[in-house]
Amino acid sequence: MTRVVVDVMPKPEILDPQGQAIAQALPTLGCAGVRSVRQGKRFELEIDGVLTAAQRTDIERIAASLLTNPVIEDFVLRIEDDDVVDTGRPR
Amino acid sequence: MSVRVGVVTFPGSLDDRDALRAVAAARAEPVGLWHADADLHGVDAVVLPGGFSYGDYLRAGAIARFAPVMRLVIEQAAAGLPVLGICNGFQVLCEAHLLPGALARNDHQRFRCQDQQLIMERTSTDWTQGYQPGQVVVIPLKHGEGRYVADSPTLDELEAEGRVVVRYFGQSPNGAARGIAGISNPAGNVVGLMPHPEHAIDPLTGPSADGLPFFTSVLQRLVA
Repeated sequence: MTRVVVDVMPKPEILDPQGQAIAQALPTLGCAGVRSVRQGKRFELEIDGVLTAAQRTDIERIAASLLTNPVIEDFVLRIEDDDVVDTGRPR
Repeated sequence: MSVRVGVVTFPGSLDDRDALRAVAAARAEPVGLWHADADLHGVDAVVLPGGFSYGDYLRAGAIARFAPVMRLVIEQAAAGLPVLGICNGFQVLCEAHLLPGALARNDHQRFRCQDQQLIMERTSTDWTQGYQPGQVVVIPLKHGEGRYVADSPTLDELEAEGRVVVRYFGQSPNGAARGIAGISNPAGNVVGLMPHPEHAIDPLTGPSADGLPFFTSVLQRLVA
């Protein structure tokens, strides 16, 4: 199995009021010195077997169109996997 | 021949009934459309109502944009079909790229529900020709994610082309870029706004009847 992780964050120039609200709450919880907080989303897509180039292209397309609104968000896609090479052995 | 105006109901739409009532008050024939419809049932115009389509999952409007009925709305809008998106409907229109920009969370992080003064700017659209330019109206709004955002070149283009249809008058309720409450596409057949004109068609049930001209405008446009 392969896991593709898509991290979505508000663009740096877009005001993130949720992150600001969290940052403002931190001192009351005794957590000092945090200059800012930004809140994003993480998607995990699990693929049977090894990720093919075609599947990767599909997922990149979906990440850029459905998972992210490119007007206000950026994404980073990575493959989080310890068995990209399919050994054929049962796990 | 009566003018048929469709109102789409998505799972989670709230204001479809009021939108249908507003269409009837404008003396057009209201037609309920279902999100899964693969047919627009011959309507002459479409309203995408307010609410929380698909529970606002992912982003407001992000899932609704892929509903079967939207494929037809997007296709027909390009051919000139008048389309009005109210609140969640505006969010759907932005997600569908029928209008530029996006609606982000209110800068003060609170849901805002109030009667709002607005200034009508572009009155040459299919949905606003019943207003006078510069007219100040009172129409309710109610949203948590109504802060219009777009990059500076897009905002400059909207201003230069006179596509800012409605602006907040006085203090902005959500921190929207340049006080923008509603915009149109270049042709003026697609309009989206955060305030709810369908809640202001009758002084008995709203703060004014200032919203009714949105619905009578499209009628005039279609019978002209």
